[in-house]
Amino acid sequence: MAYKIVASSCTGCSACEPECPNQAIIEKNGTFLIKPEKCTECIGHFDEPQCVAACPVDKTVIIDTSYPRYVAA
Amino acid sequence: MTFTAESNTSRLKPLGGIRVEVAGQQTSGCSTSGGAGKSSCGSSAGANDMPPEIWEKVKNHPCYSEEAHHHYARMHVAVAPACNIQCNYCNRKYDCSNESRPGVVSQKLTPDQAVKKVLAVASEIPQMTVLGIAGPGDALANPGKTFETFRQLQEQAPDIKLCLSTNGLALPDYVDEIARYNVDHVTITINMVDAAVGEKIYPWIFYNHKRYHGREAPQILHERQMLGLEMLTARGILTKINSVLIPGINDQHLIEVNRAVKQRGAFLHNIMPLISEAEHGTVFGLTGQRGPSAQELKEVQDACMGGANLMRHCRQCRADAVGLLGEDRSDEFTIAQVEQMEVVYDIEKRRAYQEKVEAERQAQHDAKQAAVVASQAQPGVDMKLLVAVATQGQGRINQHFGHASEFQIYEINASTDNITTAFVGHRRVDLYCQGGYGEDEQLPSIVNAINDCHAVLVSKIGACPRDELKAAGIEPVEQYAHEFIEHGLLCWFNDYRARAARGEIEHRSRGDAQIRQGAYMAA
Repeated sequence: MAYKIVASSCTGCSACEPECPNQAIIEKNGTFLIKPEKCTECIGHFDEPQCVAACPVDKTVIIDTSYPRYVAA
Repeated sequence: MTFTAESNTSRLKPLGGIRVEVAGQQTSGCSTSGGAGKSSCGSSAGANDMPPEIWEKVKNHPCYSEEAHHHYARMHVAVAPACNIQCNYCNRKYDCSNESRPGVVSQKLTPDQAVKKVLAVASEIPQMTVLGIAGPGDALANPGKTFETFRQLQEQAPDIKLCLSTNGLALPDYVDEIARYNVDHVTITINMVDAAVGEKIYPWIFYNHKRYHGREAPQILHERQMLGLEMLTARGILTKINSVLIPGINDQHLIEVNRAVKQRGAFLHNIMPLISEAEHGTVFGLTGQRGPSAQELKEVQDACMGGANLMRHCRQCRADAVGLLGEDRSDEFTIAQVEQMEVVYDIEKRRAYQEKVEAERQAQHDAKQAAVVASQAQPGVDMKLLVAVATQGQGRINQHFGHASEFQIYEINASTDNITTAFVGHRRVDLYCQGGYGEDEQLPSIVNAINDCHAVLVSKIGACPRDELKAAGIEPVEQYAHEFIEHGLLCWFNDYRARAARGEIEHRSRGDAQIRQGAYMAA
């Protein structure tokens, strides 16, 4: 799995972007999105996913179940 | 506009509140000579002397000097959208409702765009002396963008003072960098010094890669705020503390906050009313938490006199405001417009203009002193009252009642042997006059906003609002149009006192007034 950002709730504040240990977050048309192939759910880096913890709007960074769970190498 | 002072070489020397020495003649800058404590720069004119190097830093900073705010302008650039804490008075789905205009998304700027905008504004508005980064999030939660903007400006516009605003959580990590870019004014928003109070204001913080909830969150925030403040003080960087007054949550507690920040060297304390309209969608807006009335705000501010210097002229301006405090010209400087402008940054031209501004400001001093001296010669009675003034800058009564989007409030305090005038705040109102016609439905809200005042001094006023004000017991006064504010205030007061003494009018105390909700919006 990976995390994804609900574009309609994203304020474009950029709080998540610098927190991502994988540089998986990019800006597009004023809001941010997570490149799923780069997302590791912060496993092995931090206790909690940084984008979720930093985001000021509830339920804006959510799990994207269409991707398989990340397995640490 | 005429400039009466002859030279700009006056030696400026702060003493007490802020005092100015001109060619051997001592006049008082903000505090009135022999004044009984209150001064118009918002400082409690005590024995806390201000060394000359500090005066240099604040004398043309509209936020740090009440007097300067009549003459000098500031601008904010919105390069810092991210924040690292959640406040119950802020909804990040919009701009912060307390420090920027709610409901309107500011134009987010990159550092390059911000620098271009600053240079354009500084060329167009030469009295713009201060550039602040105040969000719309937290300046230090966006350190890359904030410091890149400062780095470029320090190179390209070295005469502009740089300042930033932060909640303090990240502050201790960046004090060295703040010092490196000669940022000599930092504002920290501190609403509590006790986590039990903080718990009701801050639901969470994001710190050290972790989201903290409960009492732990405000506890960490508090410790970081105090540490950051101490570190800034140790480096000689001036600090202003902003506190949002939330009735029932931190109103009395702010006196403790005032003590704590004063102890750690804060230069100025700015107590602002909570803005909490339900439509902003903030937690406080939705729970029906009300903001303070004008009297409640003034009571807490008065209780804090004698602590850190108090700022009472804050307009809670948005994170991309441009112009004098109380005015917003940001519409003239959108990125699209700035891109079209050909900007030549002429530091000499700016300096020459600011010398004229300084002369005008000196003239305002002198007029005030003369008025105070004239008033003292008259036999007085103990009397303390508020007067509203319509001004569009230069320290003069120079605005039409119907064109005022705010009134400045002055307190006149007369005892048998002494008289002082002090700026105590401002009241936003909805414009009465639009397109040349008075909007009668606006009048009651204007009366409510200045209901605690005995008079309103304006350059002109129409017949209808004049009658309405009189009916409410507020005297409309046009007689001192285009005079300096303090001169007009004291002349009116002398006349008022004389009429009361002759029994023509009865002096009565006035009621409370309403603080208009919503951050400042340009008309």
